Amino acid sequence: MNAPFHSPSPQAPATAVPALDIRHVSKAFVVDGKAVEVLADISLSVEAGSFVSIVGASGCGKSTLLRLILGLDLDYAGEIHLDGRPVEGPGPERSIVFQEHRLLPWLTVEGNVGAALLHSGLDAAARRRSVAEHLELVGLEAFAKAYPAQLSGGMAQRVAIARALANRPRFLLLDEPLGALDALTRLRLQGELKRIVAYEGATAVLVTHDVDEAVFLGHRIVVLHPRPGRIAAVLEVPEEARADRSSPAFVALRDRVLELLGVSLGEGRAR
Amino acid sequence: MSIDAAAATTLPAEARAGTALRSVTRRIDWRPWTAFAALLALWFAAHHFGWVPAKYLPSPLAVVQRLIREVTAGTLLDDLHETLRRNLSGLVIGVAAGLALGALLGASSLVGRIVGPTVLAQRQTALFAWVPLLAMWFGGGDTGKITFIAVAAFQPVVIGTWRGISLVPATYRELSHVLLLSRWNYMRLVALPHALPMIFTGLHGALIYAWLATVGSELFLNISPGLGGRLNEGSQLFEIDLLFLVILLFGLIGLGFNTLAERAEGLLIRWNNR
Ligand SMILES: Nc1ncnc2c1ncn2[C@@H]1O[C@H](COP(=O)(O)OP(=O)(O)O)[C@@H](O)[C@H]1O
Ligand SMILES: [Mg+2]
Repeated sequence: MNAPFHSPSPQAPATAVPALDIRHVSKAFVVDGKAVEVLADISLSVEAGSFVSIVGASGCGKSTLLRLILGLDLDYAGEIHLDGRPVEGPGPERSIVFQEHRLLPWLTVEGNVGAALLHSGLDAAARRRSVAEHLELVGLEAFAKAYPAQLSGGMAQRVAIARALANRPRFLLLDEPLGALDALTRLRLQGELKRIVAYEGATAVLVTHDVDEAVFLGHRIVVLHPRPGRIAAVLEVPEEARADRSSPAFVALRDRVLELLGVSLGEGRAR
Repeated sequence: MSIDAAAATTLPAEARAGTALRSVTRRIDWRPWTAFAALLALWFAAHHFGWVPAKYLPSPLAVVQRLIREVTAGTLLDDLHETLRRNLSGLVIGVAAGLALGALLGASSLVGRIVGPTVLAQRQTALFAWVPLLAMWFGGGDTGKITFIAVAAFQPVVIGTWRGISLVPATYRELSHVLLLSRWNYMRLVALPHALPMIFTGLHGALIYAWLATVGSELFLNISPGLGGRLNEGSQLFEIDLLFLVILLFGLIGLGFNTLAERAEGLLIRWNNR
């Protein structure tokens, strides 16, 4: 399937500048003196407030793409624009949840979340309010004074989500944020993540290799093929699929994505 | 309170005291002391049976008597005070300089590239090679001695701080970029806490090196009040009891410093793992 990457998607007004616009991005790393292409001609535009899931096998360049959007690595071909302006480095309007929670072990939960606000220009009282508010949003207000080592994996990842949201970013990047959690916690946090992102109104890009998660959370699914990472398909997620994991639309879309990822359906159904 | 109740409360209390005593005796490691006791016994025997002439080996009793005499006359305490003052002055200066330069080396890769090799080269020079030079620059008096002690304390601290700060994992550095932390906040919230265990190892080294340097400076630079001066005095006047006394004191104080550092390190590790 060939998606019209450059034309605005049906939901957005035809004149709007996409919130996130990735144009013909290619990225290579030099390994042992040889250039190894990791991303090849990625083009994708995301309208404000929508949630895009990117699925692909591990090693196909998903984290690399997020690092480029964050502005952590500026060495690539092509262009990335946010609200019409090129990315020149990290900025307060973007934040990320990494696969590991990446909390600083020597800071308390509130210290970790508060670290995201040091550059915000808010005074100390406003920062404290925002920290409290976001801890409440992820249901951890009782653990404000705890240290990361005292939290379960799921709780630590919720703190990381609170930290990513504390500065009210317009772009939330999620790099397999639930990948390290057990299946039950993951399911619960998927629901929470959906609620929280909708509540904050952020434009979200989720990278995952969990197809169910991609279908449940995304308005659109981008399927990547590996070596070099390239877009194989972009699929719209019907509302009824997003709303109900056991709906026929959900199952059909999941099977379609699995097929695009090269998982034979017999194998997929047997799981 | 009825008698029964009293009996019921005293019994567990006794049992508690018993376990407390047992846990104290278990906590003390007796093994190092056996070697110490054996050495003491050997000393007594050597003196008693005249294996070594009294000129070269004083009786343990003579050392104790010398200790009492020195303490009552106030001389020993003065010397101890001088030595510790010198040691702590040098230690504070060296540690402060080591922390400052280490932080600078770790924080700025440019400074690290320019100054770093020199710091590493300085570390390779044997500590006591500095004595003649520092004596020429600063004289053999207090300034020269304290400078030498500071140089000794500086080395492990600058290396520990530098390493600790520059070895912050890429994941934390990336996080700091994304959070737009200022350089100051990065140092305060990420680099220094991460470096703390390595800085502490450096401080531990500084404590030991500074003590060695204190002893050395008092021996090799001109005689002035202090335990090292007394050691020189003992050898020049052939007062073997004084020599033994001062050496024992040096050993005890060094041991005390080391124990202090290990305790503090233990606390830090517990704090780090909480
Ligand atoms: N800094 C780097 N230097 C060299 N190769 C890299 C670097 N970062 C990632 N890669 C390579 O790029 C490919 C994609 O990595 P990544 O974006 O982490 O994949 P994913 O997140 O999809 O698992 C992998 O083959 C990885 O080995
Ligand atoms: Mg990845």
